Amino acid sequence: MAAGKEFNATDYIQHHLTFLTKPVGEGGFWALNVDSVATAVVLGILGLGVLWWIVRGATAGVPNRRQAFVEIAFEFVDEQVKGVFHHGDRNRFVAPAALTVFVWVLLMNAMDFLPVDVMAWVLENVFHVHAFRLVPTADVNTTFALALAVWLLMIWFSIAAKGLGGWIHELFCAPFGSNPLLWPANLLFNLIEYVSKPLSHALRLFGNMYAGEIIFLLLWLLAATGIFGSIIAVVLGLGWAIFHILIVVLQAYIFMMLTIVYISMAHEHH
Amino acid sequence: MEKLQMLAMIQAYTGIGIGLMIGVGAAGACIGVGIMCSRFLEAAARQPELTNSLQAKVFLLLGLIDASFIIGVGLAMMFAFANPLLAVIPK
Repeated sequence: MAAGKEFNATDYIQHHLTFLTKPVGEGGFWALNVDSVATAVVLGILGLGVLWWIVRGATAGVPNRRQAFVEIAFEFVDEQVKGVFHHGDRNRFVAPAALTVFVWVLLMNAMDFLPVDVMAWVLENVFHVHAFRLVPTADVNTTFALALAVWLLMIWFSIAAKGLGGWIHELFCAPFGSNPLLWPANLLFNLIEYVSKPLSHALRLFGNMYAGEIIFLLLWLLAATGIFGSIIAVVLGLGWAIFHILIVVLQAYIFMMLTIVYISMAHEHH
Repeated sequence: MEKLQMLAMIQAYTGIGIGLMIGVGAAGACIGVGIMCSRFLEAAARQPELTNSLQAKVFLLLGLIDASFIIGVGLAMMFAFANPLLAVIPK
């Protein structure tokens, strides 16, 4: 936000919504949102690294507070997985994947708690970057990456549980029956299911985080209109920030639950 | 002048579209959540011991029901600030 620049509302919002994009190859589709990738990787290493470090020093005796905290998180995720996944050993893959997804998405969502203008000032004057989006999950690429990973896991576990032939048989015969006349209807039904699951999985998380950021930006725009606007913006901003705390945790929980449910449904035989 | 007229028309209809997207989406989401929560309150009144386990499911379903509405809000915000329909106007 350079000092002498003329500002209007659209410029302010567009400045805060511009990604730090670097082309990988010829640009266009092949452009990387460096800010999203870097923040996501750093938060992943940080979150899971802290978990690993605390678990390393875990004791079977009286736990210290750090271990108790990790145990609370672990038991929370384990309860959810136990309630949904009934197709074998949940500790081999599903429960660790659920814990990873929950911790990672929660940390990425929580980046939304940092105040936008303060961070923009820090990034501009301390690190000299003019565009940097702090919330990786407000980038549709990140949420689609997560959702597509879950989608690939769904397909992998389907084939692992039913065999390649069994999976293809189920694609053509699943909901309605094995009469060859019903094959197109079955295929269409299954294809729609396979397309809509990752789409809704990704867009739900993206939409919540993106809309949250936009509403924060609009509130801060209101604060720029003068003292009365500032008072209203602070009051409404407080209310929205408190509600957004709930949304951040809730969306991480929903993403984790849907991951568990999709992987569990992939194991089912019809 | 031509360009201004075209700009005004596109902006006007986009504005109406944004209002409809957010408004109708909100109506659908709120009615759905209202129905679900009324059932939850009924169930909690009949069997108070289930309140805690049902509450966890209520929050999960709340997030799922809100999904389409929030996607609509996201799209509406995109139309508000980075309107792709304006690209048809020759520079």
